[in-house]
Amino acid sequence: MTPSSTRTVLICSGKGGVGKTTLTANLGIALASQGVRTAVLDADFGLRNLDLLLGLENRIVYTAQEVLAGSCRLEQAMVKHKQEPNLALLPAGNPRMLEWLQPEDMQKIVELIKPHFDIVLIDAPAGIEGGFQNAAAAAEEAIVVTTPEVSAVRDADRVIGLLNTRQVEPIQLVLNRVRPKMMASQEMLGVTDVTDILALPLLGLVFEDEQVIVSTNRGEPLTLNGSQSPAALAYRNVARRLQGEEVPLPDPTKQRRGLRATVRQLMQTKIF
Amino acid sequence: MPLRDLIDRLLGRQQASATTAKHRLQLVLAHDRSDLNPELMEQMRREILEVVNRYVELDLDGGAVSLETEERTTALVANLPIRRVRDGAPMPASEASSSEIKPVQEAPVS
Ligand SMILES: Nc1ncnc2c1ncn2[C@@H]1O[C@H](COP(=O)(O)OP(=O)(O)O)[C@@H](O)[C@H]1O
Ligand SMILES: [Mg+2]
Repeated sequence: MTPSSTRTVLICSGKGGVGKTTLTANLGIALASQGVRTAVLDADFGLRNLDLLLGLENRIVYTAQEVLAGSCRLEQAMVKHKQEPNLALLPAGNPRMLEWLQPEDMQKIVELIKPHFDIVLIDAPAGIEGGFQNAAAAAEEAIVVTTPEVSAVRDADRVIGLLNTRQVEPIQLVLNRVRPKMMASQEMLGVTDVTDILALPLLGLVFEDEQVIVSTNRGEPLTLNGSQSPAALAYRNVARRLQGEEVPLPDPTKQRRGLRATVRQLMQTKIF
Repeated sequence: MPLRDLIDRLLGRQQASATTAKHRLQLVLAHDRSDLNPELMEQMRREILEVVNRYVELDLDGGAVSLETEERTTALVANLPIRRVRDGAPMPASEASSSEIKPVQEAPVS
């Protein structure tokens, strides 16, 4: 293996539905638009969705499966994004691949991709079993996605433990679906609660944002069209921090809020 | 927040749910990370006490062996009050592993 400066980043969480695929799609587009040649690899062979979130589902001809079988070249399988040509997707193959896929297969795929890109984002499946282990074997560093909920944080902790034994490094945290009002009234785990417990540096903070759903409906990631919605800004900042830029993190408890929230906050103050 | 909860919070009768969540997580993660089940914890506690008891006389009721977690490292913390140091050679293993060491209900985690 020749040494390469291409970064390979696993995007994982343990728990399903916390926002891994959404992050992969938005971060991929954001990085690409910042001039980084970005490959996104759908390693969730059982429940593939990355193609759909990127709006590329109709352009898939070949997948990782044909690449591994040697029945097509990598360039034929990689789907380039039309509006953001710095981004390409390697789609997951048939779910039956799960039966035979080995960690070495994922490593082989990633080694094939690396020479053509600056960064490879690997969208991991939920869980900590085979599918996750395969994906993890191909990555040097990781982003753990979690939400401020006990089950998601506990599962993230399990995953971090496994990444540590694999010597994946650095591991950084993205806290997703943050609801500032609930955090301000201490009805949601705070940012430092989560970072203290998991002991990871915070790479990004993404608020709960309806626009995320709208954008997935359309198959156009929020970071694609200059959207200024909170999640779009957050994903772009994750991309910048991942490249080493220092971008301040927002404080969810100090968001501008309406009168109701202010009154509620006042009422939280213990007076007896 | 429902009015009843609000009143409870104002009166300090109920803690914020985020605080509860944090405490519950800290407890459950200390065990997840150590990967030790309570049975093994108890066995280990007894064996540690047995060994130490060969060298010094312990106040076995005041002793505690527990798991503590901070910054992703879990530490085994033993707090064993010494009654007096045994003179001369350590007691042979067979004698020290006496019935002095009682099982505890459950190893406390802090
Ligand atoms: N910041 C957010 N605000 C609102 N909805 C979100 C946010 N992040 C993710 N979602 C929604 O959560 C669901 C799960 O997201 P997904 O990225 O598929 O999770 P995973 O890949 O971890 O299973 C999707 O319906 C997605 O639209
Ligand atoms: Mg997913």
